[in-house]
Amino acid sequence: MSTKMNILIIDDEVQIRKLLEITLNSNDYNTLSAATAREGIMLSVTHPPDLVILDLGLPDEDGQSVLKKLREWYLGAIIILSVRSSEEDIIRALDNGANDYLTKPFRTGELLARIRTALRQTQLSPTVQKLEFDNLSIDLTSRIVTLDNEPLKLTATEYSLLTLLAKNDGKVLTHQYILKQIWGPGYTQQSQYLRVFVGQLRKKIEPNPNNPKFILTESGIGYRFCAKVDE
Amino acid sequence: MKLDYFKQSIFKQFLVSNISVVLVALICYASVDYIGYRSVALLLLATVSVLAIFFTLYPVLAAATMSALIWDFFFIPPHFTFHVGSSEDVLLLLMYFVIALVNGVLTSKVRALEKLELQKEERHNTIKLYKTLFDSISHELRTPIATIVGASDNLLQKDSHVSDADKAKLVDEISIAAFRLNRLIDNLLNMQRLESGMLMIKPDWCEINELINSPLNRLKSELSTHTVNVEIQEDFPIIKLDFGLIEQALFNLLHNETLYTLQNSTITLTANYANGNLIITISDDGKGFTDEELTHLFTKFYRSAVKTTGGTGLGLSIVKGFVEAHEGHVKVENNIPTGAKFTLEIPTEVLELNDFMDFTELAIKKNMEHETLSETYMPKGKPKTTDETKIYSPR
Repeated sequence: MSTKMNILIIDDEVQIRKLLEITLNSNDYNTLSAATAREGIMLSVTHPPDLVILDLGLPDEDGQSVLKKLREWYLGAIIILSVRSSEEDIIRALDNGANDYLTKPFRTGELLARIRTALRQTQLSPTVQKLEFDNLSIDLTSRIVTLDNEPLKLTATEYSLLTLLAKNDGKVLTHQYILKQIWGPGYTQQSQYLRVFVGQLRKKIEPNPNNPKFILTESGIGYRFCAKVDE
Repeated sequence: MKLDYFKQSIFKQFLVSNISVVLVALICYASVDYIGYRSVALLLLATVSVLAIFFTLYPVLAAATMSALIWDFFFIPPHFTFHVGSSEDVLLLLMYFVIALVNGVLTSKVRALEKLELQKEERHNTIKLYKTLFDSISHELRTPIATIVGASDNLLQKDSHVSDADKAKLVDEISIAAFRLNRLIDNLLNMQRLESGMLMIKPDWCEINELINSPLNRLKSELSTHTVNVEIQEDFPIIKLDFGLIEQALFNLLHNETLYTLQNSTITLTANYANGNLIITISDDGKGFTDEELTHLFTKFYRSAVKTTGGTGLGLSIVKGFVEAHEGHVKVENNIPTGAKFTLEIPTEVLELNDFMDFTELAIKKNMEHETLSETYMPKGKPKTTDETKIYSPR
């Protein structure tokens, strides 16, 4: 069964490793486990995995620095699984190249959904020309966005924001990252403008803007486009 | 009052005590013909005694010496010399000195004892607080742990006759217990952040709907047996506050509602903005609170007489702490005709949508110059943004 995806677990807690192995194996993933940063980095070289689940509190090295080291050459998905729940830690991990971040305790259903999303992202072809989600479709070449087959009137900024989020479907984008991408490096602190634009965009694409289903808020961190209903 | 004087600088104490002695001496000097120079000694002594009540040892001793010298120099005949005429007056001066000094020393000793007593009492209170803390925490920790141990034992039993439906219920209980433990740890960590004085609020712009909906979503399953009404003022501005802290405050209040109101209760959440303040109310149609509960509700470890599972006595004091960290305040009152009503009032900066329009055009113009962007996200060729931005304007 070589079609199975390989997942590398780097976590010093044996209970967590056991739980992850059982959960992932029963969901058709192969697993490899490491209890230390050194062992984890070594395994990632000898048996390159499709996805890495990385704990930040490792005994021999800080997880953020392990993350940076991995990102020097590893292009696959990395999901952080940590008890550290502060916004700074999460933003730092995302800036250091993590695809996603989940805090312990976590729901296994949630973890599996995030794994599927992360794997999908890394396999996404960069030449995609049309993004389709449920009743929303974005044609990247003609720059036409339709909702229920009706073309939507979007401003340039709204369009940029929507495509940036949609291209990273399922991934958390930090406020700073979005501001930098859309408005430029001088605007990374102007988060109020982002709130307003997200608000405007939600009014145009969300069935219920007060309880959005496309553009989800990751409080204090950023936004996540979530079009595929995984549950 | 007394304690305030203790805290004054030693220099100030010297100054005030010497000035008072001089003032009293001046008054006595003016009236010495009527009262006689020996009663002046008593008046000065009284002054020193009064000073001894308020001040520390050295300023009092200085005042005692000073007053003795003044009495000697200005009042004991012959005047304006330290020479003392009669042997009776020598004895009086000596006694004056002794009494003034003893007075100062004794009072300061009494004060030291008082201080010790105060420290003892403080220590006693701390121990009491810790005891309450540990009682509350160990109870709150052990209850879910007991559930987890019991339920998993039950599931592991080989020859058990537990039905599949009951097994599912046991697994559910384990999950609920685990999340309850996690909530307790969150609350303890939050309490610690508040207590240590290390809490720094990081205000950022946020949108009212996100702030209100986030805790409601986190409590979706607990609130599924309740009716929740949300009333948010129209055209709400963008507000600036620490989203994480206020969201946690709302979560704690709403979580309390799920613990202390009956199923099918109605919970009403309102959000308004007035006079620079964000005002959020959460009210229910439950039983409300007694007067005693209303006064103690935000006190750490206070638990209402109606005990329900899951409370730690920490939740509401965290609400108070987080709101006050924003220089806001929180109050609770009984609702009319029935139920309780919590009100959070938080001063906040706002951004009206009108102010914002100017920025938009500016930013988009700048965007045009920003090449890395224009390639990916902007239409190629001549920018059309001026037309497109008009789409917002009519709003």
